[in-house]
Amino acid sequence: MKLRSRAWVLTVVLWVGMSVPVDSATPANPKVVHVLNRLSLGMRPGDIQKVEAMGIDRYIQQQLSPESMPETPALTKQLAQLNTLSMSPVALAQQFRPVGQGQVKQAQQKPNQQFARTTMQQAVEARLLRATESDRQLQESMVDFWFNHFNVFSGKGLTRVWVGAYEQKAIRPNTMGRFRDLLEATARHPAMLFYLDNWQNTDPKSPGARGRFQGLNENYARELLELHTLGVDGGYTQQDVIALAKILTGWGFRRTVQPVAQATDNDNGFYFDAKRHDFSDKVFLGRTIKGSGIAEVEQAFDILAKHPATARRISYKLAQYFVADQPPKALVDKMAQRFTATDGNIREVLSTLFRSAEFMDSKHYNAKFKTPYQYVVSAYRATGSEVSSPVVVQNVLQQLGMPLFGCQTPDGYKNTQAAWLNPDGMTRRLSFATTFSKLPSQSVNAVQLAQTVGDRFSTQTQQAIASSPPQLRTAIILGSPEFMRR
Amino acid sequence: MHRRQFIQHAGLLTASSLVAVGGHGWFARTNAQTANPKRLIVIFLRGAADGLNVVVPYREAAYYENRPKIAIPQPGKTGGALDLDGQFGLHPALTDLMPLWNAKKLAFVPACGLPNATRSHFDAQDYMESGTPGTKSTQEGWMNRLLASLNTGRNPIQAINVGNTTPRILTGKMPVATLASGRAADNPLPIDRPQVAAAFDRLYDRNDELGQAYKESRAARQALMSDLATEMKAANNGAQSANGFVRDAQRLAKIMVRDNRVQLAFLAIGGWDTHVNQGASQGQFARNLQQLGKGLIALQQGLGAGFNDTTILVMSEFGRTVKENGNGGTDHGHGNVMWAVGGKVRGGIYGNWRGLAANQLYQGRDVPVTTDFRDVVSSVLARHIGLTDSKLNQVFPNYTLKQTVNLV
Repeated sequence: MKLRSRAWVLTVVLWVGMSVPVDSATPANPKVVHVLNRLSLGMRPGDIQKVEAMGIDRYIQQQLSPESMPETPALTKQLAQLNTLSMSPVALAQQFRPVGQGQVKQAQQKPNQQFARTTMQQAVEARLLRATESDRQLQESMVDFWFNHFNVFSGKGLTRVWVGAYEQKAIRPNTMGRFRDLLEATARHPAMLFYLDNWQNTDPKSPGARGRFQGLNENYARELLELHTLGVDGGYTQQDVIALAKILTGWGFRRTVQPVAQATDNDNGFYFDAKRHDFSDKVFLGRTIKGSGIAEVEQAFDILAKHPATARRISYKLAQYFVADQPPKALVDKMAQRFTATDGNIREVLSTLFRSAEFMDSKHYNAKFKTPYQYVVSAYRATGSEVSSPVVVQNVLQQLGMPLFGCQTPDGYKNTQAAWLNPDGMTRRLSFATTFSKLPSQSVNAVQLAQTVGDRFSTQTQQAIASSPPQLRTAIILGSPEFMRR
Repeated sequence: MHRRQFIQHAGLLTASSLVAVGGHGWFARTNAQTANPKRLIVIFLRGAADGLNVVVPYREAAYYENRPKIAIPQPGKTGGALDLDGQFGLHPALTDLMPLWNAKKLAFVPACGLPNATRSHFDAQDYMESGTPGTKSTQEGWMNRLLASLNTGRNPIQAINVGNTTPRILTGKMPVATLASGRAADNPLPIDRPQVAAAFDRLYDRNDELGQAYKESRAARQALMSDLATEMKAANNGAQSANGFVRDAQRLAKIMVRDNRVQLAFLAIGGWDTHVNQGASQGQFARNLQQLGKGLIALQQGLGAGFNDTTILVMSEFGRTVKENGNGGTDHGHGNVMWAVGGKVRGGIYGNWRGLAANQLYQGRDVPVTTDFRDVVSSVLARHIGLTDSKLNQVFPNYTLKQTVNLV
């Protein structure tokens, strides 16, 4: 190896003599690279030129209006083939574990594991196809962000057949709308009802309290305050958790299509069982909410969505995702003000973020460590590769510790360096980079790859690329510190 | 100018730093370990193993009344339990462990577990691994906090996880080495090839955080692969062949023997969620237990003299219903039995057993939890690893020991 290095040094010495200006390999505009790195899940070939041509402002504006960009026919067609994506949670549950008629008890029905696998695979495939192929890249980043903020775990029972529907119905339509709508949509989705046990939450003194509906279950109420809205230091007490849990009693989901739907039913199978509800008056965060049934929660959600602690927490998390692990306080304040002023309009908060001096500060360039998901997706995008086997990608993500829909805990996957930079993760990322660059389907040209991602490598990385055998150079680029970051 | 030539051109500017990484001098510094480290191996039975059929209260009529199909017969009968202390008997599939019991190196704590009421596998495993029952937002697992509290610096192979993903219990700030489970563990990764490794060594010959993580990853990988290479030769020399858990246990033991830097290890076995056709003295549960027993023996034999300084804890998220269900299985219950095996373990039955009378059961159906699992772990950490109270507080924050379980 050393011998070869020496020979290489000699070769290069010859080149130094004829200093030639570098034309096509000029590093890209760092601002453009930064904006692409942060708004998108990684550059595809030609992205930099496209943004340079249209201008950063227009690119941001366009990304903030995903509905203005139609999906390509090819992607639309691929997604249309995933038949479980459009199924309702009721239909999904019914096909997974049919509710028996008459004498046959539900527990005696054998769950259809094959159907559960297919559903899960399709959810994974849909996510990966969109992440790698869609031009609505900010939308895809926001799906990643919000799914983790309102996380549900596919390993918990029925949630497995519902994660795809949850992403489709509760998360995707609301990524850049009003926070209040997102809160409502996730709260009422069966995936969340099941994952955080709110479907069992019952007033112990109510006529409906029996069987598995024995009493109050605080699980969802607590996470709603701690994770989804106010944050652990948001100023609530255990009494507030209990009050909110009582407000949320009587919620459930349908497993069969009802001949006559109640007024409180929704398309996802949500329903309200007044027989299990606590109708007492509650004091929640210092305000009295009259016992009235399902309407109580609207007051509670209004309070939470308008609360300054929620504005701060959401702003902080967004700034952490898009700017820095320790986001600048001035920026978070600005975003929180915007959040409050616009009644939680996420698009407006994002607009404030992307147009801030703090976001554009060059000290943040290439400073966020990619999560495994961002890393793997960006490798596919940078090389212009298609996800031909979602199962393979999910396995890679599994090995990297971040399988899609596989975060057990309700706080979702982190996006900080502290969470993801560890020795085993390095071994696996580099092994992925090496294997991936050698796939027969990847005729990846290292030179082109370097240009696609902006060609802003440190001298040491450039050296390592140059001194490696040609067949390893793509792997070195994908495994470089610069590509590990965004 | 051609792109490739440009890269070479640019590369020359700091060609002087182009020295291959060798010897991992950085790693050698953290390599000072005592000759015989006090070791802890945790084995997690995922899915809630039926503890009542592991350590069987064979004197109690309620046990047989509740389990007409799946009860383990009394000692002496066909397929009967192996008597332990005149009150409890061991499942016959664990006959391999009787020599350890007789040598007083095997202990059980029945009616042990989480203080929480949860019957969700997911929540209960989460709590048992985070070590903070009731608090879901805890970032690290308790074994990672334990690693940090050992104060021996960042030693990339001080803790080994057997498996493919770092489990919750080992997640955290300290580095953890991974030994792939099963036959895949023998497959070299691309990064093991000298040419690939040399290229990445050059790329990461830097002292920033990524460089440090890279060097730790290489050090751990090299140590494991070299330990394994020796192990595989030994295995090929006509040693017993084994599958699954037993094989993993053998390889782990070999690595621990060869490498004093390894102090903690974690293995998980699934397949314990026996809602249907659990079986009794024979059947799926018995087969699982047999593998587990053989794996424990593989660890004991593989560790050799090192067994004296090793404690192995076997735990599961909760127990199962006292009463069998309508499908010849058991449903999710509460208290379970925790096991301890090791050279310094003081064999016997520990804890507080209240019997299976209906009025003693948790919510009228399950074995209660009379010993918090943290009491057992804490006692092992204090008495075996030598952790001080303040260190124990790091491992199990905001927890006050309810009782000392002197099983080591």
